Amino acid sequence: MYTPLRLFITTALVAATCFFTLPASAQESGHNDHDTVAEGVNKAEHEIEHNLEESEEKFNIGQMIMHHIADSHEWEFSHGVAIPLPVILYSEDRGIEVFSSSNFHNEHHEYNGYHLVHGDSETIVPVDEARKIYDFSITKNVASMMLSAIILVLIFTSIGKAYQRNVGKAPKGFQSAMEIVILFIRDDVVKPNVGPNYEKYLPYLLTLFFFILVNNILGLLPGAANVTGNIAVTMTLAVITFIIVHINANKNYYKHLVSPPGVPAPLLLIMIPVEVVGVFMKPFSLMVRLFANMTAGHIILLSLFGLIFIFQSMFIAPVISLFALFLNFIEIMVAFIQAFIFTLLSSMYIGSAIEEHGHADHGH
Amino acid sequence: MSLLTPNPGLIFWMLVVFLLVVFILAKFAWKPIIKGLKDRENEIQGALDLAERTKAEMVKLKSDNEKLIIEANAVRDRILRDAKDASDRMIAESKDRAAVEGQKMIDSARDTIRNEQHAAIAKMRKEVAVLSLEIAEQVLHRELKDKESQEKLIADLASSARMN
Repeated sequence: MYTPLRLFITTALVAATCFFTLPASAQESGHNDHDTVAEGVNKAEHEIEHNLEESEEKFNIGQMIMHHIADSHEWEFSHGVAIPLPVILYSEDRGIEVFSSSNFHNEHHEYNGYHLVHGDSETIVPVDEARKIYDFSITKNVASMMLSAIILVLIFTSIGKAYQRNVGKAPKGFQSAMEIVILFIRDDVVKPNVGPNYEKYLPYLLTLFFFILVNNILGLLPGAANVTGNIAVTMTLAVITFIIVHINANKNYYKHLVSPPGVPAPLLLIMIPVEVVGVFMKPFSLMVRLFANMTAGHIILLSLFGLIFIFQSMFIAPVISLFALFLNFIEIMVAFIQAFIFTLLSSMYIGSAIEEHGHADHGH
Repeated sequence: MSLLTPNPGLIFWMLVVFLLVVFILAKFAWKPIIKGLKDRENEIQGALDLAERTKAEMVKLKSDNEKLIIEANAVRDRILRDAKDASDRMIAESKDRAAVEGQKMIDSARDTIRNEQHAAIAKMRKEVAVLSLEIAEQVLHRELKDKESQEKLIADLASSARMN
């Protein structure tokens, strides 16, 4: 168990050092002619820069919080200490372009005809407004997600191996610690809610739980990304659940949708739209619940720390720190609860869609 | 508002990474883990079932044994009773037979005695007759000579007859 993790950490460190020392790989092309629009963008950018500089002196808590919650093209641990991440852009005329985000570290935040705009969140816009680009960069969130994916794969493949190695023996060490969680998800979350055919959905639901859990917990570390507090991530998870529910849903589910039993015909005019809205409400609520909970947790913690800088008092700081410590414990709890709730609701939606008899589960 | 607008690039990477994780974990982690858990549960359930079955078998065996013992006791009692009956019967029979035999022997002995008696009486009669005849002959002989000698003879004969 412990050896692959150690190996991973060493290789990650080595890779990071290589990345730092690598020179900018992409080629610098000549400056494009600046349109008036680009000038405008530049001007707006400088204004924002100016605001940021001003707020250096006059601490702006709102900007600080947004900066920490939002995604970024580099992984900033503290002011000035940042790992540049690869920027991957696709445009129809230039194809795929890959370069390091450290190339934007210049006066105009400009490189190769692209402009890095700092606002509430960072976006890369082409200097030439007519061009359309798609940004597939490995941002801070993507990098953090990949890190947690690697952690998950290392942990659970090694546990899987332990099960193959200790056939007919009692589980031991890390294996038995994880077994409690796996059994809890299987026996108390998936089995009672999905029903007798639960085994088909078990791998997805287990992965869902641990993926959300690891990302939630990683997000609590200082300097880490706010992966599960990003709406794109929670939306993707909710949509995957939505697709699984509707691929596997049986006749009853769809029949129930079109003609809810026991509803008089005139009421159907109201009921059918309500049912249809309910169908989309379920993944929407999944998406918003996880996103809002994680983001709110981060905002509360950052606000507390921000208070220290606002008051700039020796006496406030320890009190705030104690309070932040307490909230951090709550956030750890929330990390588990939200992973559990997402998995629980997903299995309930799947269960209500594949249920053979009786009524589908409404609400939530 | 930028918080609420999903970034397409992030959605793309999220899909790629998450589906990869699902695929890899399903194949290399969840499959052996779930199989291992299930195997272990089956093993435990099997062991419990076996214990239950063995217990039931033991109870059945015990009651079977008791039944066997009761049966054996009954058989033994019957055999003993039969034997006693048989011996009683045999004793009674042999007693009867002995009585009959004894009676028979007594009867035959009585017969023999009677026969012998008759024979002895007949013989005595014959001998007495012969003796009387001889006496009568001799008396007759002597009468022919004199009277005296006749009387003497008779006296002799009589005494001798008494001697016999």
